[in-house]
Amino acid sequence: MKDKSIFEIKSLDLFYGNFQALKSINMELAGGEITAFIGPSGCGKSTLLKTLNRMNDLVEGCRITGTVRLMGQDVYGGMDVNLLRRRVGMVFQKPNPFPMSVYDNIAFGPRTHGVKKKSALDSVVEKSLRDAAIWDEVKDRLKKPALALSGGQQQRLCIARALAVGPEVLLMDEPTSALDPISTGKIEELLLQLREEYSIVIVTHNMQQATRVSDRTAFFLLGEVVEYAKTETMFSMPKDKRTEDYITGRFG
Amino acid sequence: MKKQKQKLTEKAFAVLTWGAAALTLGTLAFLIAFILIRGIPHLKPSLFAWEYTSENVSLLPAFVTTAEITLLSLLIAVPLGVFSAIFLTEYAKRGNKAVALVRLTAETLSGIPSIVYGLFGWLFFVTSLKWGFSLLSGAVTLSIMILPLIMRSAEEALKAVPDTYREGAFGLGAGKLRMVFRVALPAAMPGILAGVILAVGRIVGETAALIYTAGTVAQIAPSPMASARTLSVHMYALSSEGLFMNESYATAVVLLLLVAGINALSGFIAKRLGGKGERQGGE
Repeated sequence: MKDKSIFEIKSLDLFYGNFQALKSINMELAGGEITAFIGPSGCGKSTLLKTLNRMNDLVEGCRITGTVRLMGQDVYGGMDVNLLRRRVGMVFQKPNPFPMSVYDNIAFGPRTHGVKKKSALDSVVEKSLRDAAIWDEVKDRLKKPALALSGGQQQRLCIARALAVGPEVLLMDEPTSALDPISTGKIEELLLQLREEYSIVIVTHNMQQATRVSDRTAFFLLGEVVEYAKTETMFSMPKDKRTEDYITGRFG
Repeated sequence: MKKQKQKLTEKAFAVLTWGAAALTLGTLAFLIAFILIRGIPHLKPSLFAWEYTSENVSLLPAFVTTAEITLLSLLIAVPLGVFSAIFLTEYAKRGNKAVALVRLTAETLSGIPSIVYGLFGWLFFVTSLKWGFSLLSGAVTLSIMILPLIMRSAEEALKAVPDTYREGAFGLGAGKLRMVFRVALPAAMPGILAGVILAVGRIVGETAALIYTAGTVAQIAPSPMASARTLSVHMYALSSEGLFMNESYATAVVLLLLVAGINALSGFIAKRLGGKGERQGGE
């Protein structure tokens, strides 16, 4: 999986009604890596993230041209969207556990995809919670409501929930922006562990976060990818003047 | 000087609000006490006999009928109302003309006096469809009456479910059906239930619409096609005849306890359902 491209995006345009939110995006996302999307608010980074698992389908008036391929398969060409989202999991900006027990939250995905046996569900739940580094904190309260957990725990629960369906890619839309620094630290640590098994794309407002966790970074501005390079390279020797201005804090 | 005036206004306002609260509570307490005092002495075991006779105006048949009509009406109105609410919130596109129309219809329907429903039920179900005065005519008429209430409360409850839950479910590869039934509906359940309870209250308290459609036979109906009277109708009949005022008050006590019981039950259910997730942690 490593070094092989997982997503291939070709001349992608995206419109919300008459507004063009993404302009001819061309990029390849590498497997087994963490890719960070950075840029100021409204630059299209979250929008691009959501085209990868077609969450934009839910937005009324959203129109897309161009192609997105997941391991060679056209995401917008007749692929079953539920299957796509099983392969490409998502973690949202605000922790959004369902109002059910911790166990049922994790089991929701597997149950959706037809797992019914108690023993199979039990082991998926435990494995996912372990992989999301939250098992020790919740193993005695699996039947308790997930909403009673702290914000940071809720977000790791949501990561576990996404892992439970066995995705190949994890999309994360500013997963730590609603969390305190300690919870953020835990999640970043977790990301580095998860990189061993999953390809991760993370949208972040926080440039330090991008340098801490990502292998590659894409800088977005006004719906375009200005620069896309190895994270070290981009933050030490940005090629584009606009990238330099942004990462040195001159705007944004 | 200015400060003193402000203090005075403040005091006056406090007295006013206290007064309003006291008057409201006082009226309610007086009403309940009045009914209890007039009714309880006449709550005799004979009032709970299976048979209604002209000597012993038993209320048990009416009690059974109340339960039957309530159940039948809910059976018709709840699925219809909840499904239309699901359509309005989850399936219809925003700005859809049909949605606006359905909403307008529902709002208009909920403002119509119940006697009008009664008249309609009488003309349509009793006369045209030849169902006669019957439990069925009554229940169907009442279900039309409570439909807007159930639909609107279910719609509001579903709208209050955060979109992040929906995104979460879709993000895991769930289809729309699964999202609606496993995530949105359970989360909206306390609100839907509150609407159902309100509807039960309206059914139990209804007389006008039922006199026209279910009739006033004071026995337990042998079939859904037979006429029967609910507790409220029973009370109305007793007091308008004027021969059994004491029994009428006793019936009022039973009705009061029934409604209080339903409210307590709904509170309990809402708490149990809501307790699973309502309390927001970490926010």
